[in-house]
Amino acid sequence: MLEKVFYGSKKYWLWMITLIIIIGIGTGAFMHQFWDGLGVTGMNRDVTWGFYIAQFTFLVGVAASAVMVVLPYYLHDYKKFSKITILGEFLAIGAVIMCMTFIFVDMGQPTRIMNVFFYPSPKSPMFWDSVSLMGYLILNILISRYSLDAEKKGIAPPKWIKPFIIISIPWAVSIHTVTAFLYSGLAARPFWMSAIMAPRFLATAFAAGPALLIILCLFLKKVSNFDVGKEPVKKLALIATYAMLLNIFFLSLELFTALYSGMSHHIAHFQFLYFGLDGNYTLVPFMWASTILAVIAIIITLVPKWRNTENTLLVGMIAIFLSIWLDKGLGMIVAGFTPNTLGYVVPYWPSVTEFLISLGIFGLGIFIITGLYKIVLTVRRQLKPY
Amino acid sequence: MSVNRRKFLEMTGAVAALGLSTKGLELIAKDSAHGNGNSSAIRWAMVIDLSKFMNNPQLTKKCVDACIKEHNIPKIENENHQIKWIWEEPYTHAFIEQENEKLPNAIKDMPVLLLCNHCDNPPCTDVCPTQATWRRDSDGVVMMDWHRCIGCRYCMAACPYGSRSFNWFDPRPDIDNMHADYPTRKKGVVEKCTFCDERLSRGQIPACVEVSEGAMIFGNLNEPLSPVRRTLANRFSLRRKPELGTHPEIYYIL
Amino acid sequence: MYNSGKVIIGILVFIGIFISPFLLNFGGGQAHTKPDPKIPVQYEKCIEDVEYMKAYHMDMLNEWRDLVVRENQRFMQFEGSKIEMSLSKTCMKCHSSKVDFCDECHNYLDVNPYCWDCHVTPEEVQ
Repeated sequence: MLEKVFYGSKKYWLWMITLIIIIGIGTGAFMHQFWDGLGVTGMNRDVTWGFYIAQFTFLVGVAASAVMVVLPYYLHDYKKFSKITILGEFLAIGAVIMCMTFIFVDMGQPTRIMNVFFYPSPKSPMFWDSVSLMGYLILNILISRYSLDAEKKGIAPPKWIKPFIIISIPWAVSIHTVTAFLYSGLAARPFWMSAIMAPRFLATAFAAGPALLIILCLFLKKVSNFDVGKEPVKKLALIATYAMLLNIFFLSLELFTALYSGMSHHIAHFQFLYFGLDGNYTLVPFMWASTILAVIAIIITLVPKWRNTENTLLVGMIAIFLSIWLDKGLGMIVAGFTPNTLGYVVPYWPSVTEFLISLGIFGLGIFIITGLYKIVLTVRRQLKPY
Repeated sequence: MSVNRRKFLEMTGAVAALGLSTKGLELIAKDSAHGNGNSSAIRWAMVIDLSKFMNNPQLTKKCVDACIKEHNIPKIENENHQIKWIWEEPYTHAFIEQENEKLPNAIKDMPVLLLCNHCDNPPCTDVCPTQATWRRDSDGVVMMDWHRCIGCRYCMAACPYGSRSFNWFDPRPDIDNMHADYPTRKKGVVEKCTFCDERLSRGQIPACVEVSEGAMIFGNLNEPLSPVRRTLANRFSLRRKPELGTHPEIYYIL
Repeated sequence: MYNSGKVIIGILVFIGIFISPFLLNFGGGQAHTKPDPKIPVQYEKCIEDVEYMKAYHMDMLNEWRDLVVRENQRFMQFEGSKIEMSLSKTCMKCHSSKVDFCDECHNYLDVNPYCWDCHVTPEEVQ
């Protein structure tokens, strides 16, 4: 089925070649970072994780969100998701590969990465994160390959795939829980050390992931006439709405705990994010943008007429996605380090190299997802021309 | 009593699972590379006398320079990329958890030497995915293996004391008077104070302690007559962020 | 054969690329020069014989690395005296020139051990 990526319209080829060029630029930037060292990024002795790890954190959520289509369809026989499940699984594959690549480029000694598997460390959440991401990738490749193959042949998928599908459901929850554990167990970082880290991660995942999936489905309908149907989109939009509401609720819980308790070393991080600290206002506009987008998203998605009309739905989903990206992919990591353990505020902003490498990785992800979606669309078009 | 095949398989499976689970628990509770903090034969600790440093302004630099010289530590211009194994901070930042506006200014600005606390319960060694850093059972030193470190910087995120530094570039161009008695490190690995483990294995005390003119006391906490035990028995002492459960082994006396 | 012109040209290009290392070294390239490591002048006795070292010095150094760094065993007995298991401080006390000794064979075989990214050679001491 992979050969189907090589056949497509002029626009498709232009899209893919543009992505290859972007990936090439990212690779070149990475070679610069590989030879000179991570000092070419904006990270420093105090803000030791930055844009790369933030993107990894955000994308794990997107990857985990595949469970939102897999669970209803496979576990509860929700037939309306029949056309959309594979799209969710392929999105997960692209997202997990991006996650792994972001981790790879963030390492000081990436050639030693196999040490994580040669010297297993059961006490380290990072070890378990590597294991669970690897496992999730393999699960999704296995499940999507065999179910799409069966669909192409017009038969039911093989029986043995069912246990893997069932396992993938708790596994999806686990990959994002383990990622939350990376942060929420660190006594050194009061901003992260919160029991609600994992629930919040899951809520943002189940909002941003379905939002992205809806955006992609609407996009597919526009560029290639492929329609998953109104029902799955309606249901996904409802899921994203509830998840976003939960996310906002959880955020307000965090704000209450920090602000009502009055503990200065907890409040400082929120102050840095929303009002600036010690003359450093870098993230303030982005956090307020995230808040405003969240409000817009909730207003749109709570009104059924707006949630179920495609134009307004698109705006609402983009608002959800961007709001969560600004919060998780820009704010969360840096705020954990600012102020640092000695109370200093050290500014951080990604460098040009860091930005280009990240762009290359996003290009890689979009490339993979485009290719995989192309396969699905071609298979389905050959089965029933649309 | 007769056992049919199914029962036999079930029993074997149950016994195997039990055996594996206890082994699994054992593995998680006690990593092969480091122990649980209670079984050390030696427990190295350090006492830093803050008033001695307050009264002798050149002393902190002397101790820091001794460390830099001993370990080929680079002097990096960019503040954000500095490598600091032992360094000086004012009291208000060193003991940031001790918020006390009414302290005299002399105390607030007092120079405090900070280094790796060689905790009994180090959060950094728990999070390392390759065991490139671990707590030595035999003497409590939190060690570094620069051959194994992948530079993920998780330990730096986990350390509550800011004791760890990362090599953002190749350190060699910034090393003055490089010697062959101690390896340099390379770009992409995390480094920190190792209580001069290379000197400890030769029966010597750490380089900073040696030049500290008595302002730093080093010894074995498990030895009741050691200088650290005797000092701590007679003086009020402070540790950094003790509420975090790390059990740091650097004590500060005033 | 269809497109025989393109195919034959392609095969010739491939052969050219494949044998290029041989062509480049024809008539006295680097691969021709046999490695000539300079045996140290103050050579008394190495801790192992030449044949063992040729075959196992990498494994021995890895073993030393784990013993010193991870097992806290810095010293070993050799002929009644205590020596330190150290590349820079023991091996390179006699084999003091990396360029004249270590690099000779390593360059010939195009091997790039990264020991000296960190371990300081006598030549580099400032």
